[in-house]
Amino acid sequence: MSKIIYKDFKGNSKTIEVENGLSVMEGAIQNEIPGIDADCGGSMACATCHVYVDDKWFDKIPKAEDAEVDMIDMAFEPKKNSRLSCQIIVSDDLDGLQVSTPEKQT
Amino acid sequence: MKKIDAIIIGAGPVGLFGVHQLGIKGLKAVVIDNLDKAGGQCIELYPDKPIYDIPAVPECTGEQLTTRLLEQIKPFKTQLFLNERVNEVRKDNENWIVTTNNKKEFIAPNIIIAGGVGSFEPRKIHLKQAEQLEEKSVFYAVRDKEKFKNKKISIFGGGDSALDWALELSKFSKITLIHRRNEFRGAQHTLMEIKKLEKAGKVSIKTPCQIESLESENDLKSITIKFDDGKTEKIPTDVILGFFGLIMKLGPIAEWGLNMNKKTIEVNPENFETNKKGIFAAGDICSYPGKLKLILSGFHEVALASVECFKRARPNEKYRFEFTTSSKTIQDRLGKK
Repeated sequence: MSKIIYKDFKGNSKTIEVENGLSVMEGAIQNEIPGIDADCGGSMACATCHVYVDDKWFDKIPKAEDAEVDMIDMAFEPKKNSRLSCQIIVSDDLDGLQVSTPEKQT
Repeated sequence: MKKIDAIIIGAGPVGLFGVHQLGIKGLKAVVIDNLDKAGGQCIELYPDKPIYDIPAVPECTGEQLTTRLLEQIKPFKTQLFLNERVNEVRKDNENWIVTTNNKKEFIAPNIIIAGGVGSFEPRKIHLKQAEQLEEKSVFYAVRDKEKFKNKKISIFGGGDSALDWALELSKFSKITLIHRRNEFRGAQHTLMEIKKLEKAGKVSIKTPCQIESLESENDLKSITIKFDDGKTEKIPTDVILGFFGLIMKLGPIAEWGLNMNKKTIEVNPENFETNKKGIFAAGDICSYPGKLKLILSGFHEVALASVECFKRARPNEKYRFEFTTSSKTIQDRLGKK
């Protein structure tokens, strides 16, 4: 279990214990965190699980594959610290990870 | 108005296989889809990506799967109505009437919704002024090239649509190509052509930056873009073309009075009927306990729905389960001798 902090665009945050091996997206869906849609179910085909990774953490998580970066082009208001949360796998190293959800996904 | 046995909404793999399952039972269907081609997500999202979990097909791409399904339903000569979005569904005694955005109407005792995650629509620029200028000076598709002659055009996006149109429209207009990062994911040879045009001063490329604001007095005058380092630049612009990809929207389906669970439609897993008699849902859009969003599940779901469709379309006939290997009737319908 690792703590993941989900922050919405208004700044409200929720800390959830997510099982290692699940994705940050799955952690959100299973705990009914609003702001992550995940329409395609985690196949990197839709960009509706888009999150902004806290700057302190951005370089600590494994880099995005090309396909993910391509897909982020299609996200709502992508920024430099944009990631698809279905591609961030929770592990002990990410204990305390903070991500923010965009104003909307579509 | 056209009367058929079933209206299938969505020309993805499940909708197409639905044509087959209805067809072998002697039922006539039409298929309606918002996209300009059949295939749904398989074609729009991953035409080149291999799929490994279609039974007896160790590997095939989304495009191959679609081609094969179209081949498989050829004998039924089913009409596909593409570029049509179903807007309205209303009841007419035992039938349903479906109306599309282009005012086409269909009537049938059965509707099968095989709509995936909804219809694909272009992602738009989230600025108020962009909304007001849509279809006047802000566009998300090029329908008539003539409209874009001798203009100052700012094209947004990094994929093939952005690159192809930048190249094409540069023949008679001044193009600025703007993308949020330095890498373009579109075809590299197109990008090379555009880089040549940039050297020749015919196209200018701005990266990594995004739109900040639009300036207009009735007509669009200019746009301001913001670079990653915080600098901004004003670009005189008559026309904005945005190619940010497609998003899936459930759209009007949510308003048809069907029992919904988040963005999916609740069905009875015995026949995949929704809470409305004669309206079925199959594939990614349906939900029931244990639902798996796999293509193969969609095939099973639409096969079962087709049995119930038969009972509604032919209330005076008895449904007989038959195998394609042994049924003369089915083989006739498939055009096999």
